[in-house]
Formats: sequence, C-alpha cells, structure tokens
Amino acid sequence: MGEMPIPPFERFYHEHRSAVLSVLRRRLGSQRAEDAYQETFLRALRAYDRLRDGRNLRAWVLTIAERVAIDEQRRARGQAELPEQEAWDARPAFAQLEHLVSQLPPTERAAVVLRYGYDLDYERIGAALGSGAEAARQAASSGVRRLRRKEVT
Amino acid sequence: MTVSSDLDGRFRQAAAQAGLLDAAFDLADSPIGTLLVAVSERGLCQISFDPDEGLDRLSRTLGRRVLRVPRRLERPRRQLDEYFDGRRTAFDLPMDVRRLPAFQRRVLEELARVSFGEVTTYGQLAARLGRPTAARAVGGALNRNPIPIVLPCHRVIGANGRLVGYAGGLERKRALLRLEGVAA
Repeated sequence: MGEMPIPPFERFYHEHRSAVLSVLRRRLGSQRAEDAYQETFLRALRAYDRLRDGRNLRAWVLTIAERVAIDEQRRARGQAELPEQEAWDARPAFAQLEHLVSQLPPTERAAVVLRYGYDLDYERIGAALGSGAEAARQAASSGVRRLRRKEVT
Repeated sequence: MTVSSDLDGRFRQAAAQAGLLDAAFDLADSPIGTLLVAVSERGLCQISFDPDEGLDRLSRTLGRRVLRVPRRLERPRRQLDEYFDGRRTAFDLPMDVRRLPAFQRRVLEELARVSFGEVTTYGQLAARLGRPTAARAVGGALNRNPIPIVLPCHRVIGANGRLVGYAGGLERKRALLRLEGVAA
C-alpha cells in the first residue's frame, strides 16, 4: 500500500493558502476571514505531524477552515447578523451533498460531508474537527440517521 | 485569491511564537548562490546550497512542521552576510547537532577549531581525533556536514593539496577558500 508522502508544511501552506482564504472570505467576510485564516493554519500545524497520508490535503485543510468558520459564526451569533452560508467549495462532491446536509447541526454536517463527500477516514475527520475518530464516526452516523428520517417524512 | 504579505507574515510569526515548528528557515542570497538556512529551538541546524532539496531534507530530519519565518533567521543571516562581505572571520551562533551520530559530532567539533584562512587535511583531522587511520571516515562525516560554511568543511583538503570534494561542489569550495585568502 503506497502512502503519499506528506510535504514539508511550507509547501502545504503555500499550495492551499489562497483556497483557504477564499473559502473563509465567502463564509465570514474579509474582515473576520483574516483571524479565521490564521486559526485554520495554526490548527492544521498542530495536527500536521499526526497525518499519515499526503492525499486529500486540500479537502483536509478546507475542512478545518469550515470548522473554524462554524466556531466563529457561533461565537458571533447574537452579536451580529450572520452572513449567508454560501457554498464554501465548488467541488461537485460537496455541491451534491450541500442541499441535503444544510439543515444538519454543524458538527454532523461537517462529518457527513467529509465522510461521504470527500471520502476522508474518521481519524482525519476527527483531527479536523478537533475531536477523535470515534466522535467523528458518531457525528457522521447521527447525521445520516437524521437525513434518513427526513427523507421518510 | 491573493494572501496579503501582511496576513501571511502574521501567520508565520504566530506559528513560530506558538512553538509549533520543528524548524524555521529562510533563504539567503550569497555570492555562492541562494542558501537555505534553518534553525530549531536550540540553534542553527542546517545550511543548504540547494534550497528545494534542503527543504525536503529539513523536513525529513527535523520534522515536517517547517516554515519560512525570516525573523527567526535574522542573526545567522546577518553573520553570513558579514562573512561574505569580508567583515567576519568567526561565527557566534548556537548550533543544534544533537541528531547526528556521535562520531560525526566529534568530527564537527574538531572541525570547528580550524580557523578562518587555515586549511587542514582529512588525515590531520583524523589524527587530532586520535584516530589517525580514519581519514576516510572523517571525509564521510564532513561530506554529510549539515551546516557547511559555519562548520568549515571547506577548509579540509586532500593530503596532496587537492580540494578533493565538497557537497556543494568544488567551485563553491574554491570560492570560499579564496574569500578567506587561501590560494586554491
């Protein structure tokens, strides 16, 4: 089983920083995007030496950005009106899932999108969400159950 | 979407201040080409003549959380500039060689005693280590010197006076010796 080597953080950062900023600006507006940008890459840096495979690093870091944006919106809730949560990524995988998951609670939504939209394993999803593999699995399966119930009604 | 240099710089600085990096590096222009210069928390840990290859090596040896943080490299860069301008003959920098094998560390310690403008041979260096027959092993240890220029392996030549070899290429070895006033 060939695993893709993980690049030095500098190369990873250089390659994905524009995409991360772009996502965060759409989610939060340019002002708040700057703090979120820094937080996203600090979280990525904290998790970086635990990564085992260099595939899907774009999806991985966008997940972290998504999580940071969720946290930021939670914090700001009540203080200001939330910006519209537009599609944060033009990838087809996400686009197909988006309308289904948009009503889910944030953690479940992120877990479902990452698991079924990006095919990430639970360990990596857990790392991105700041929890563990088991918590990520539970969030994804609880999200799926919620979606099923909705489909039935 | 372009990341402004201000935002970029703030992230780099924050990453270093949070203590999240295995090593910080910067690129330095010099008369012998662009150098990658890297420090760990403990000190100078790498100088490379090929920045791309050097970044990969840094990531393999120190850890993959390596980031360009120019502010962390100000002191070694300044001293290198002074050296190349002919205004400095000795470096005053903490160094981090703890990951190297014991024999190589001893060779590099002995090497550090060879001063600016002097040359020695692999055999003489081996003798100074009390291992007079180990010239070849000394050569191998020098060839893998992670901190060339500052740890002056360019000052070690063959017994016959030939330059013999240099990880950065003989042209660079010659240029460094000339800079130090050694006919080479």
